[in-house]
Amino acid sequence: MKKCTYSLLMLLGFALTFMGCGEQSKSSNGALTSNAAEKVYVAPGEHDEFYAFLSGGFSGQLSVYGLPSGRLLKIIPVFSQDAEKAWGYNEETKPMLNTSHGFVPWDDAHHPDISQTNGELDGRWVFINGNNTPRIAKIDLSVFETTEIIEIPNSAGNHSSAFVTENTEYVVAGTRFSVPVPQRDMPIAEYKGNFKGALTFISVDPEDGGMDIKFQLMMPGFDYDLSHPGRGKSHGWFFFTTYNTEEASSLLEVNASQNDKDFIAAVNWKKIEEYVNNGGGTKMPANYAHNVYDEETHTATSTMKKEVLVVNPTEVPGAVFFLPTPKSPHGCDVDPTGQYIIGNGKLSADLTVHSFDKMIAAIEGKKFDGEAYGIPILKFEDVLAGQVKSGGLGPLHTEFDGEGNAYTSFFISSEVVKWKLGTWEVVDRQPCYYSVGHLMIPGGNSRKPFGKYVVAMNKITKDRYLPTGPEVTQSAQLYDISGEKMELLLDFPTVGEPHYAAGIAADIVKERSKKIFELKDNKHKYGIQSDSDVRVERNGKEVHVYMSMIRSHFNPDNIEGIKVGDKVYFHVTNLEQDYDVPHGISIIGANTSELLIMPGQTETFVWEPKQPGVWPFYCTDFCSALHQEMQGYVRVSPANSNIDLKWSLGE
Amino acid sequence: MKKSRLTMVLAALLPLFLFLFPLWKITLEAPQYPTPLGMYIYINDFADANPHDIKNINLMNHYVGMKYIPDAIPEFKIFPIVIIITTIIGLVVAAKGNHKWYLYWFIMMLLVSTAGLIDFYIWEYEYGHDLDPRAIMKFTNPDGSVMGFQPPFFGSKDILNFRAHSYPQLGAYFLAIGIALGYVAYYVGKKEKQTVKTSS
Ligand SMILES: [Cu+2]
Repeated sequence: MKKCTYSLLMLLGFALTFMGCGEQSKSSNGALTSNAAEKVYVAPGEHDEFYAFLSGGFSGQLSVYGLPSGRLLKIIPVFSQDAEKAWGYNEETKPMLNTSHGFVPWDDAHHPDISQTNGELDGRWVFINGNNTPRIAKIDLSVFETTEIIEIPNSAGNHSSAFVTENTEYVVAGTRFSVPVPQRDMPIAEYKGNFKGALTFISVDPEDGGMDIKFQLMMPGFDYDLSHPGRGKSHGWFFFTTYNTEEASSLLEVNASQNDKDFIAAVNWKKIEEYVNNGGGTKMPANYAHNVYDEETHTATSTMKKEVLVVNPTEVPGAVFFLPTPKSPHGCDVDPTGQYIIGNGKLSADLTVHSFDKMIAAIEGKKFDGEAYGIPILKFEDVLAGQVKSGGLGPLHTEFDGEGNAYTSFFISSEVVKWKLGTWEVVDRQPCYYSVGHLMIPGGNSRKPFGKYVVAMNKITKDRYLPTGPEVTQSAQLYDISGEKMELLLDFPTVGEPHYAAGIAADIVKERSKKIFELKDNKHKYGIQSDSDVRVERNGKEVHVYMSMIRSHFNPDNIEGIKVGDKVYFHVTNLEQDYDVPHGISIIGANTSELLIMPGQTETFVWEPKQPGVWPFYCTDFCSALHQEMQGYVRVSPANSNIDLKWSLGE
Repeated sequence: MKKSRLTMVLAALLPLFLFLFPLWKITLEAPQYPTPLGMYIYINDFADANPHDIKNINLMNHYVGMKYIPDAIPEFKIFPIVIIITTIIGLVVAAKGNHKWYLYWFIMMLLVSTAGLIDFYIWEYEYGHDLDPRAIMKFTNPDGSVMGFQPPFFGSKDILNFRAHSYPQLGAYFLAIGIALGYVAYYVGKKEKQTVKTSS
């Protein structure tokens, strides 16, 4: 339903753009006549300057692009099963997708954020939220793989997430939908006053990135939309935009758009942390999964946690305040100095910028304009730093170049608008093709943005690419922002629907990138170190094959004595220790996927043969000149036969 | 102490650096190896230039039927003993202080090193020519004979898709300087003797 409103507004937006800015869009087309191609050209063999991590939205993945070329480098499965890498199909990674609702092999992945040290990107991890079945995942950038997923209890629609504080002390998971806490059977119409919105603070271990829910702040039943950490002077605070402060439970497009102003919730997490460290908060029964992938065992484990610490904001005076912000704000962005908090009212034409200093002064002066559920509301005028009168429609998200400029995406009028912090004057505007959602400047959520490019993530592509039926590719656009005027350089297709992105200078990440897994460090329960460990073992109806692979054979490549009704576990170790030499394996009739095994790694798949016969398996990744010969056979006998287990290579 | 004797002591000691630095390096370059594969040869061991290089050289070479580079060869036991003995002899000779013996030490070292190089050549030859008859890929020279894959003894050479380089390393330079100093010690010692004679 919301979509309908958007499209109506969009039509209106287009009309306005075409009428109002006709002259301008003509002149901006001139930008394309310049050397845009040269600026995005990365010669064969050369590397891009930046990594860009674009969320896949409904694909549940995170895709990695090089900038400025827009070349796709990798798709990292996060909340999705991925047959390409056996992620979520092999025995090792299945536990990663475990939740309190069971195995959930899909999620809606929205907002990636890169870990920071002292407010600067350190390139160690990317955190990203799963919206639908609330989860936070951590991707380790030494391997570009998801290594941890924690489920968020008492939440629904984990949207204002996953953003990190300036030393990666916390990653947050704010609920979009408020729900009964604890969940219970109750009339929906009694939402108001009864539902709760949990803002979850997950602590991150500074050494290994290990996540743990430190506390959940149980807020009034609004919708918490997006969030950003304070930094610099506002480090210690976290800001969350809200909508539906009306607490409507039906026809929200109308009923949640009645209030002229919603809130930005300002949370002093340091204060709450102190309160919690001193024994504050209430332990509440819960049930949520914590899944950790261990790089030495190459295996994930899923643990169900049974408790969560809940904090009532009214019990920590001075920790939470509401900043009135027009109008159903979406983006919630803090500039690199930490002074300005920008609320992007998606139903408004203007941007509202709050001042951190003014907020502190208002709090100290106790200048409140009432309260909501015991939480003080500050006076709009007292915290307002300024407003950007943009003339655009539907501001969504603001990023910064570190030079005192801000860039805001306007969904409805489909453009990026550049403006100056402090003077609030619009400097430049460029159209997007079409309907930009979020945008990204590498390092945008840090004290030191790399202010060279902005990437716009567009919701609609229409005529920009060759048509591919009703579903056309999603698209990103790259603008050069190094000059006074922005310049459109490049369109590139994206995977899924990118909701948000994070970018970082390539040099920070690529030095840390692993080339292989050390075989000697392989502690997989069923891993082997050399061909002398190769064997097949029967345990009742379970058969365990300890197999090795190296250019260009499997060991063993002949197995006999398997019977119909057996459950055959292939534990396959790649004995290679050379960069970029994975091997794959699959067998006819396998009900999951192939395995794609990196050098030094062990992976397992289960095969349950249903018919007698001699069934081939083979390498699925072109590994060497003799790749095609990398194959073998398994003989399957009837269930009642008494053929002994036998395995061999080269006999 | 006389200059000649000091030089002789130095000559005798320098080859000991072979226990710290590699003697030789063989490098294999190919387009699909942006970081070339490499192997150091020490007085008592083979070593990877980068982690797992020897394993990966073996994996490449098995396609043409070459044997795996052994973990150790008998020379690794003999060479260190030889160097320790020649050093002790060198020190004894220095203690004796007779410059003629410096020359004998120098000649002995030349012979020992030459023997070592011949041994290295033979090892390389066998490594490159003793191929598994069931090799996956068989290549012949233009004259029809079976192609060998012997790395160059010294210098660079193309072998199929690889460019192989073979050059002495720091340890070998110390050995060479040590040997040369043996001769210098002899030469200086001879001069010293003459000066003593003329001045008396
Ligand atoms: Cu293979």
